[in-house]
Amino acid sequence: MQNNEEGQKLVYMDHAATTYTDPEVVNAMVPYFTEYFGNPSSPYTIAKESEDAIEKAREKVANAINAKTDSVFFTSGGTESDNWAIKGVAFANKNKGNHIITTAIEHHAVLHPCEWLEKQGFDVTYLPVDKYGHVNVDDVRDAITDQTILITVMFANNEIGTIEPIKEIGKIARENGVYFHTDAVQAIGQVPVDVEDMNIDLLSLSGHKFYGPKGTGALYIKKGVKIDNFMHGGAQEKQRRAGTENVPGIVGLGEAIERVTSDIENHAKRMQALRDRLINGLLEIPKTHLCGHPTERLPNNVNIVFEYIEGESILLMLDSYSIAASTGSACTSASLEPSHVLVGCGLPHEIAHGSLRLSLGKENTEEDVDYVLSVVPNIIERLRSMSPMATK
Amino acid sequence: MAMYSKKVMDHFMNPRNVGEMENPDGVGEVGNPKCGDIMRMYLKIEDNIIQDAKFMTFGCGAAIASSSMATELIKGKTLEDAWDVSNKAVADALEGLPSIKMHCSVLAEEAIHKAINDYRQKQNLSLWGEKEEEKPE
Repeated sequence: MQNNEEGQKLVYMDHAATTYTDPEVVNAMVPYFTEYFGNPSSPYTIAKESEDAIEKAREKVANAINAKTDSVFFTSGGTESDNWAIKGVAFANKNKGNHIITTAIEHHAVLHPCEWLEKQGFDVTYLPVDKYGHVNVDDVRDAITDQTILITVMFANNEIGTIEPIKEIGKIARENGVYFHTDAVQAIGQVPVDVEDMNIDLLSLSGHKFYGPKGTGALYIKKGVKIDNFMHGGAQEKQRRAGTENVPGIVGLGEAIERVTSDIENHAKRMQALRDRLINGLLEIPKTHLCGHPTERLPNNVNIVFEYIEGESILLMLDSYSIAASTGSACTSASLEPSHVLVGCGLPHEIAHGSLRLSLGKENTEEDVDYVLSVVPNIIERLRSMSPMATK
Repeated sequence: MAMYSKKVMDHFMNPRNVGEMENPDGVGEVGNPKCGDIMRMYLKIEDNIIQDAKFMTFGCGAAIASSSMATELIKGKTLEDAWDVSNKAVADALEGLPSIKMHCSVLAEEAIHKAINDYRQKQNLSLWGEKEEEKPE
C-alpha cells in the first residue's frame, strides 16, 4: 500500500467496500488480456485456451462453496447476481405465486429489485431484525404463504457484519417448497460457505470483495431451480447468461476465491483477533456502542457508533491520518436518511449518524490496529468538543 | 464521494471561532439531530456591530466548515450587513460546496438570522422577517 505525502503508510480498513486485487491474481489474469485473447465461442486454438480457463475458474468457484461445477454462472458482479436471482425466480415462478420474503437490512442490490417487483404486481414481506441485526427464523416460517416463491436473506450484513441463520432459513424454505437465495457477497473469504449443507438454492458472490478484480461475480443456481434469464443475447454460459465472457476477470475471480478459501480458518482466526482488539479498544471511549452481534459477526467487521458526532466528519479526520474507513451516516449519501441497517436495528437517527465501520483485510496488522486506536480517541474528543449535543 | 475544496478542508480541520461563549448577546440554534445537523451560533454585539461570533456544530465536514466561515464573515459587520450574508456568500467563500451539501450553508445563514433575532428580541426590538432574506436557488 502506498504512503501519503507525509510518508504515513495508508491504513486501509474498508475491505467491505472493496479490496485491492492480489498481485498474484493480476499475474494469473494478464495472459488472458494479451496472449489468450480469443473469444471463447470461436472454434480455433487460442479461443480454446480461453474456454478452458473459464471452466477451470468455474471449478474453483464451485469448490469454494461446495457446489457442482455446472451450477456456477459468471456475472458482472454481486449486483447482477442479486438482480438475476430475484427477478429471474420471480418471473419464472409467477404462475405458482407472487410472494417474496426478504429482510429490512438487505443490500440495496436486493432491496431495490424487490421494490421494483412490487411495482410489477409481486408482494414482498420485509422482515424486521432484532437489535443485533438477526432475523428470527420463526418470523421467516410465519411469513410463508401458499403464494411464497422465494426467500432471500443475506448471509452476512455488509454494514454491521451480523451473520444470519442461513442453514435454518434454508431448511424452512426447503420444507415449504420455496426457493432460497442468499447474497453472500460479504461472507465469501471470511467464513466457510457450503451450499449443500446450508440448503442454499441460489447464492450471489462478488470478486472484488476478496482480492479479485472488480466487475466479476457469480451466481450459484442449484440444478433444477426454475429461473428466467436476466441477460438476453448470445449462447454463453450454457445459454443462461448472454454476453462475451470477461475471460481475464473470470480467471481472476477463480484465482482469488481459491486463494481466499484455501486457509479460511486461520485467516478468520487472525482477523477475529484484530477485530476484537479494535472493538475492545474503541469501546473504552465513553458514549460508544458496538453495532451488530458481538460474536455472530464477520471476523473482519467492526461497527461502532459514537454519540453526539457525525460519521463523515470522523472519516475526513481519519483520512488526514491516512486511515480509510466507512460510515452509515446520511452525510455520505445523497439522502438525509442514515443507514437503513442501523435504523433497522433500532438505533435512533441521531445516533446512527455517528457510525464508523472498520473492515479488516489480510494486510492489516496489530500495528495498524494500535495506530487506529491511538488516533480515534483524539478525533472523537475533538469533534465532541465542537458538538452542541455533547454539551447539552 | 464528493471531494471538498481546499478551503472547506482548511475550515473543517482548523475551524475558526469554535466553542461556547460566556454571556452571549444572541444565540441561534438550527437543524435537527435526526438529519445529522445542528448548528448553534453565539454573538457578542456592541453598538450594533458583531464584536465576536462563535459556533458549536454537530454535522458533516461541510456543516463545520460552513459554521466556521459564517462566523468569519459576520465578525465586525453591522447587524444589517451580517443579516445580508447569504448562504451563497458562505459557499462562495468556501470556494464552493458539493450540491448535496448546499443545505449546510443554508443552515449557517439561518443560524445567523436566528442569533440576530434572539438579540433583537432581548433588546425589545422588532424581529426581522425571513422574507427579507435572499432565498437560494
